[in-house]
Amino acid sequence: MFKHLTLGFLLCFIGVAYAADSTTHEFKLNNGLKLIVREDHRAPVVVAQVWYKVGASYEYSGITGISHVLEHMMFQGTRKFGPNEASRIISENGGRENAFTGRDYTAYYQQLEKSRLPVSFMIESDRMRNLLLKEKEFEKELKVVMEERRLRTDDDPESRTYEEFNSVAFQNSAYRNPVIGWMDDLENLTLDDLKEWYRRWYAPNNATVVVVGDVDAREVYQLAQKYFGPLKPGKLVAPKPRREAEQNGERRVTVKAPAELPYLIMGYPTPVLNSLEPERRWEAYALEVLSAVFSGGDSARFAKRLVREQQIAANAGAGYNLYSRGADMFLFDGTPAQGRTITELEQALRAEIRRAQDEPVSAEELVRIKAQVVAGRVYERDSTFAQAMQIGTLETVGLGWRVMDEYVERINAVTAEQVQQVARKYLTDDRLTLAVLEPLPIDPNKPRAAAGKGGHDVR
Amino acid sequence: MYAKLVLLGALALLSNVAQAGPAIQHWQTQNGARVYFVPAPELPMVDVRAVFDAGSARDEGRNGLAALTGAMLAEGVKTTAGELNADEIAERFAALGARFDAGADRDRTSVSLRSLTELTLLQPALDLMAQVLRAPSFPAAGFERERNRMLVGLRQQEQSPGDIASKNFYKALYADHPYATDPSGTEQAVSKLTREDVAAFHARYYVARNALVAIVGALSRAQAEALAEQVAGGLPSGESAPALAPVAPQAPQTVSLPHPSSQTHILLGQTGMSRADPDFFPLLVGNHILGGNGLVSRISNEVREKRGLSYSAYSYFAPMRAAGPFILGLQTQNEKADEALQVLRDTLSAFVVNGPSEKELKAAKQNLTGGFALRLDSNSKLLDHLAVIGFYGLPLDYLDTYTKHVEQVTLAQIKDAFQRRIKPERMVTVIVGGGAAPR
Repeated sequence: MFKHLTLGFLLCFIGVAYAADSTTHEFKLNNGLKLIVREDHRAPVVVAQVWYKVGASYEYSGITGISHVLEHMMFQGTRKFGPNEASRIISENGGRENAFTGRDYTAYYQQLEKSRLPVSFMIESDRMRNLLLKEKEFEKELKVVMEERRLRTDDDPESRTYEEFNSVAFQNSAYRNPVIGWMDDLENLTLDDLKEWYRRWYAPNNATVVVVGDVDAREVYQLAQKYFGPLKPGKLVAPKPRREAEQNGERRVTVKAPAELPYLIMGYPTPVLNSLEPERRWEAYALEVLSAVFSGGDSARFAKRLVREQQIAANAGAGYNLYSRGADMFLFDGTPAQGRTITELEQALRAEIRRAQDEPVSAEELVRIKAQVVAGRVYERDSTFAQAMQIGTLETVGLGWRVMDEYVERINAVTAEQVQQVARKYLTDDRLTLAVLEPLPIDPNKPRAAAGKGGHDVR
Repeated sequence: MYAKLVLLGALALLSNVAQAGPAIQHWQTQNGARVYFVPAPELPMVDVRAVFDAGSARDEGRNGLAALTGAMLAEGVKTTAGELNADEIAERFAALGARFDAGADRDRTSVSLRSLTELTLLQPALDLMAQVLRAPSFPAAGFERERNRMLVGLRQQEQSPGDIASKNFYKALYADHPYATDPSGTEQAVSKLTREDVAAFHARYYVARNALVAIVGALSRAQAEALAEQVAGGLPSGESAPALAPVAPQAPQTVSLPHPSSQTHILLGQTGMSRADPDFFPLLVGNHILGGNGLVSRISNEVREKRGLSYSAYSYFAPMRAAGPFILGLQTQNEKADEALQVLRDTLSAFVVNGPSEKELKAAKQNLTGGFALRLDSNSKLLDHLAVIGFYGLPLDYLDTYTKHVEQVTLAQIKDAFQRRIKPERMVTVIVGGGAAPR
């Protein structure tokens, strides 16, 4: 059949792409710093990223948000460079730079014309060990972070719903911490807290440097030795595992906030590659396929059935991250279509879950998902930044970058029965957490007839 | 200092590096669509984008029509072998590993396809794209649903103070000009749109003389020519869209809207420039210094680095077919709104009066020219450039001469251009926030 022929071709084709992947080189410095270099000679540019094994999931109560505040402070000066000066130097070298903090990592990057890579290493090696944490800059930068929290979370009703969902869905797991931090924790953060956090996690033996671009791996290694080599390693203490306790019944959260539309999040605890024994790792790939069955594009079930056919959802999605550091959630979210309610949306999502448990996925659906995965592996090579992101993520959560080369093969090996099996095993009623955004009128003097469920009190 | 030495060495090296952009190949299809092509042999993939002069500026009061037409393309097509519905179209693209996308901004409707180059995948994907462009069937059921989804999207924007500020800024700045309305339309207008409106919009604007095709991928010139004919050759020749009305100068005004948010969003601005503006490079480089270069620009330095008032504070020109806006913006906790607005105004005024320093100009040029290669380092960025160059009729050597144009900008030119063009005392100011209204 035509579709099978298509897939057969795609499988041969990816063999070619694998051959190109042999341009990835791995090095380790004596002080424990890991360096991964992927040569990509398409354009005379380079991206350099420095990844630290620290993020919101390393934090504990009372200091949430500290990894992210420290990320901001990393731009506020060392003995060598004044506040914001490193950013100016990178800019004057034609570079772009920024940093990001997640649950499992904190990372810094520069994108540069290829001859400027030393500028990146000079700045990153310096601030890896020589950060000056000063009161004046801290006070100011903490205000910036609080503004960021207001922008991203406090004034975004869906984002607030997600934050509260997380803090209820996860009880012991540190994935309950918001990356940006609770406002009260930010207000009570001290410079000493930051100094301790920096001392604890910013060391070459807790970092991975990823370089992708028009470079020679050997030369990059020598450059890394020159800049990062002299740095002293730190004494690392592994974070406590904080494994999530078994959930024994549904949890429901309601968030009331000024909004126009209701919003629903549902989540079930699920294992990830990192938390599974090798012989059960197929489960993570099966969950990945399951999420694509639900919402992998316009041909997937939610778009086809919930949005187009039943017109219950204006939008609906499923999400699963097999590359998390610890056990995570299989998530659903959605907004009801006009004239539909949250209850109808919840019932429709549950019906889709039941269907995935009761019937195996069709052969056509699997073929489509696999075709997109195979093509996606070629498309993602259009971006050096995206390639570096994958390498950095996999190294930092402890899986190793080579896992990404197994991805297509492992997805292709997933069967319809396996997808059904993980749906039955993990998407069970007693393991569900559900959060609903209940809109309050944005202008209390002009309540909208159609807003939300209606009938809520206006104080 | 050691660090500076390294930098100087690297800089000397770079000035010897040729700054040439890619050679852009250009021709027309039989029926009159303009084609822009850059071969990219490294990866076995193709990006193709059809761009029509059919942005929301063509909505003619039926606000949201361009966007809804774009959203309706993949809802159904008539083919020689019968009709395909939305499910079948989505399933075909997915099974081929292809990615299809359509959307509208104020100037343009863009329809894009990304596919592997293997012919058994590429050919059927291109055929389907061509059918979707040429013969969409706009089924009634799909129309109702997509219109409803647009209305839901509009209500979602009403809960975002940032979206509210942006919409009201354009509304205040452009008044009766078609740029006044967001491409997503308004609730009132969208709820009145009909299937016939969409069909008429498609028939008028999705025509070859109103289109360009941008192609980047692992293709020969002959293959690219065939591809362009395959995608756009079936469109009627039609007529290009008429010129847009010029933008009338705005009256200074302040729009204050209460919103129950913890922050106040502030936008300040005026009419900026078109893509063909003679002051394009002085304004571009000047703004890079003022607020266009992230954390090292003046505005960010004053608002964020010195005072911790905002997470994001910036300025930019959005050059369009007619004069696009010049916008300065920030968000801050409600109690600080007055202070932040004053800092923003003072920073702008000082820049207009005094212009940048020699040192700032040098640093901005180094950033823009030294980072030039980053603008061309992927097929998707090349495709974006081709679409802009083709749509706005920029010279084919625009990328080749970009760094030269930046280098040639002088302090006097920036100061002169900002003083002639930017009027801090005549700005449109939009303020959204203030917290919960008294109940």
